[in-house]
Amino acid sequence: MYAYDELDRTLISERVSEFRDQVKRRLSGELTEDEFKILRLQNGVYLQLHAYMFRVAIPYGTLSSKQLRALAHVARRYDRGYGHFTTRQNIQFNWIKLAELPDALADLAEVGIHAMQTSGNNMRNVTSDQWAGVAPGEIEDPRIWSELLRQHTTLHPEFSFLPRKFKIAITASEHDRAAIKIHDIGLRLHKNADGETGFEVLVGGGLGRTPFIAKTIKPFVHGRDILSYVEAILRVYNQYGRRDNIYKARIKILVHELGIEKFAREVEEEWKQMGDVGLTLDHAAIEEVRSRFSYPAYEKLPHMPDELKQAAHDPVFERWRKNSVFPHKVQGYSIVTLSLKPVGGPPGDATAEQMDAIADLADRYSFGEIRVGHEQNLALPHVAKRDLPALFKALDRVGLATPNVNLVTDIIACPGLDYCSLANARSIPIAQELTRRFANHDTAGLIGRLHINISGCINACGHHHVGHIGILGVEKNGEEFYQITIGGRADENAQMGTLIGPAVPYAEVADVIEDIVEAYLALRDRPEELFVDTVKRLGVEPFRERVYATR
Amino acid sequence: MPLVKNGRITTDLFVGVADGAELPGDGAIMVTAERFLADPEALLRRAGKVGVIWPNNRDLDDLVPYLDRLAAVALVFPTFRDGRAYSQARLLRERHGYDGELRATGQVLRDQFVFMSRAGFDAFEVRKEADADAFAATMKRYTVFYQPTGDGRVTALNRRMLQRHSESAGQ
Repeated sequence: MYAYDELDRTLISERVSEFRDQVKRRLSGELTEDEFKILRLQNGVYLQLHAYMFRVAIPYGTLSSKQLRALAHVARRYDRGYGHFTTRQNIQFNWIKLAELPDALADLAEVGIHAMQTSGNNMRNVTSDQWAGVAPGEIEDPRIWSELLRQHTTLHPEFSFLPRKFKIAITASEHDRAAIKIHDIGLRLHKNADGETGFEVLVGGGLGRTPFIAKTIKPFVHGRDILSYVEAILRVYNQYGRRDNIYKARIKILVHELGIEKFAREVEEEWKQMGDVGLTLDHAAIEEVRSRFSYPAYEKLPHMPDELKQAAHDPVFERWRKNSVFPHKVQGYSIVTLSLKPVGGPPGDATAEQMDAIADLADRYSFGEIRVGHEQNLALPHVAKRDLPALFKALDRVGLATPNVNLVTDIIACPGLDYCSLANARSIPIAQELTRRFANHDTAGLIGRLHINISGCINACGHHHVGHIGILGVEKNGEEFYQITIGGRADENAQMGTLIGPAVPYAEVADVIEDIVEAYLALRDRPEELFVDTVKRLGVEPFRERVYATR
Repeated sequence: MPLVKNGRITTDLFVGVADGAELPGDGAIMVTAERFLADPEALLRRAGKVGVIWPNNRDLDDLVPYLDRLAAVALVFPTFRDGRAYSQARLLRERHGYDGELRATGQVLRDQFVFMSRAGFDAFEVRKEADADAFAATMKRYTVFYQPTGDGRVTALNRRMLQRHSESAGQ
């Protein structure tokens, strides 16, 4: 965990008092709604269909139990008793009253949580691998760099009014769990031939109505230079990014219009001219931040404790363990994913009671630490294997042991038309129906890894382009229709899915998905061939035939 | 529209001269980039200070040769959500060493004062009287800064390093 010091805490409370003043000026009419809109967005407050929505940052997906309890408190005290975890390591509350927002922020500030730059045209929450610091084979903990970037991007005096939003993600593992290729800047930590730590820098990824996979503009930027290099990218973007059309304002469009080579040259030129402006991170500066991350005092534990051997006779436990428990870099420990995708539930939601329960379990079994992943699930990152049976029982009691992690019912979905004023169609009921269709965990296990992503409109908050199966809500003659793509992925081999045919009406979506899954089961080479690999091998045609032959 | 300069509301000594309008005989003038670039030498020879309003989509290269003879540069915020002039300001101050008046003009609200000041602005044409009155209080709102800029404020990281250094020296 990163421990906020007096300076971090001071800055957060200064921001809360500034926002309190802004709300006061809005309520007194001193600020127009137009002016206030920009200011509230900079602090994570949207106006949705029914109420204000409040988005809180969980930088690089790390939470302490104390912080999770504070989120539960906000859900209970200021909202309707639950929160929604998003695809960018944020949590959203949907029913907040404007006049109470400053108090909610002040309560969160006490535990070092804020909502700065969780919306608006600025640098958003820096995200990272939810297994950072515990994944086997990781180069080093990417959260050190995430924290350096979090500080650097917070209330930046030059880049707080960018052409459009700007998202940075960092990974330090071979397998990319942070979806860096669909970010404005993706950073892949690696070592050069001399063993020095640095980053491959990718730019211009993003979904929305013009999806692009990020491209590499520099294969290696030394760690000490990462802030100045990011600054150079942002300066080019701030000056030359389009501001005439909101749909063409993301950096991906600038990169596309200039071409990656020309864009890279512009950045390189700006970076060279910048010279030493105090952004170079010397060893001591990096160590300063590193020193404020604390790590658990792991015990020396056996690889296979007796508790685990005994529990292996329980098939229900075993099914959960095989699905939701992952290898940890320290022997005797595991990473446990907590599915927020119960059958029939809205993906990514957690009640205040569940949050409190998770916080208690984190204290008991995970050194007080919780992680949030972009798949809208949570994780306990340091669970001793001997504690797995007890943890399973406790999770099961609060509905957090659904053994569907990475399976067909582990659906990523945006809030859709049930909440969002931008949406064309509903997302949550589609997800709920699909979880009922595939409710049999044995069947889901047989199908294997399959990511379904649902967005209620072209803004793609549910990342439908990169779902193995992507579902996009559109509006046709006043009715909800859904376009379906297959073969997308968000990992190190990121690519966009391909449309399989004409959009289908709301009532048919679940049938179509079932058809696609059945086609896959018939077409796959062997049980280990994942859905997405079958699509890659055969293309969309056999799936298209199956779906549209009878429609 | 009140002008805040050096931290307090003050009279604007610059007279705005429209393109094509006759120049006053003396006194400080503020002209557009087009007018200035049409004949910079003539304007700079004239008795009286010269300030230029520089649009936020125009490269600074054309302005840079004249910086040491200009008394003011006004950068434009057509709306406060358009942040291009922050980059221009930092480039003028930090890269080109401009040390004359750097004025923010356009939609300038109190909510931008800290950002603007950090980027190098020292004069503000403020839209609302109440915001101009609140200038001093607003500038005191923040005491912690994460990024180094040319304004000389000590960053959080540097404060931590200094503290660490003094702690270890005291042992």
